[in-house]
Amino acid sequence: MYRIGIIGDRESVLGFKAVGLEVFTCDQADEARKILRKIGKEDFAIIYVTEILAEQISEEIDKYKDERIPAIIAIPGKEGPSGSGMRNVSKAVERAVGADILFGGGK
Amino acid sequence: MAERLNVNPTRMNLTALKKRLKTATRGHKLMKDKRDELMKEFLELARENGRLREAVEQRLTGMYQNFSIASAVMSREIMEESLMIPKQGVVLDVGNKNIMSVNVPVFSFETTASDAGDIYPYGYASTSGELDNAISGLTDIFPLLLELAAKEKEVQLIAAELEKTRRRVNALEYVMIPQLQVTIKYIQMKLDENERGNQTRLMKVKDMMIAEAIEERRSNM
Repeated sequence: MYRIGIIGDRESVLGFKAVGLEVFTCDQADEARKILRKIGKEDFAIIYVTEILAEQISEEIDKYKDERIPAIIAIPGKEGPSGSGMRNVSKAVERAVGADILFGGGK
Repeated sequence: MAERLNVNPTRMNLTALKKRLKTATRGHKLMKDKRDELMKEFLELARENGRLREAVEQRLTGMYQNFSIASAVMSREIMEESLMIPKQGVVLDVGNKNIMSVNVPVFSFETTASDAGDIYPYGYASTSGELDNAISGLTDIFPLLLELAAKEKEVQLIAAELEKTRRRVNALEYVMIPQLQVTIKYIQMKLDENERGNQTRLMKVKDMMIAEAIEERRSNM
């Protein structure tokens, strides 16, 4: 039995409560970091973070990168996709292959 | 040119080094195979990951639009109140999948709502239709979101493993194996040189002994 969480600003994450996610609202990066640190130790298998926050706390997120669980996934917030989620994918390609050969230089 | 290892040029070391070279070569071949296979797997996954993310981002944007319309029509209090207690829960199970000895999670989920109408955690009296749209849209996206999470984690984990394997292959290919080869060659040459030295010394000694014997014979006559 695992839980799914979402961290983000109020307006972006409001609706996710209805589908059964556990919602943590916060606007500041410091707060988000604290929440992530706390729930990272609990039995969350997936934690969604809005892209804007994810960008600000990327060092914290990177700590979980090589763990099997939890998966921390950036999703666009209400402002729409900023492209940083996509950049993460091309960064993974870069890490694995040595150069980004799939998505054309992280765009 | 690779640096030679700091060992004594003895026959015993030579045998040991030869054994190590054999192991290293074999390891290199295996690692290389693993790297190639991982790479094949990875590129496929990463491409899929990109596609999936694009789809999710697009649909989420649509969902946010619905939400903002809903929040424009309804007061904030009512909206928050109606979403306060979710009717639907999610039961998530995490399985395991093994890709080239990389353990990746597999998420399978079940929603606890028994019928489709149960996704709305509110009565319809005080809420607007836009909110219904937004919620049902979100319910539709949800499986995609989960799939994205699993894919992305998988990509990250394989990327880490691939990086490690790549480094190992390179270390073996460009450092370890040349080093061993150079050292083995060095010891072999040294041993050969010793052998030749021995040979000449023996010949020299023999010459001296013959000369001595001739000398003795001559003085006895």
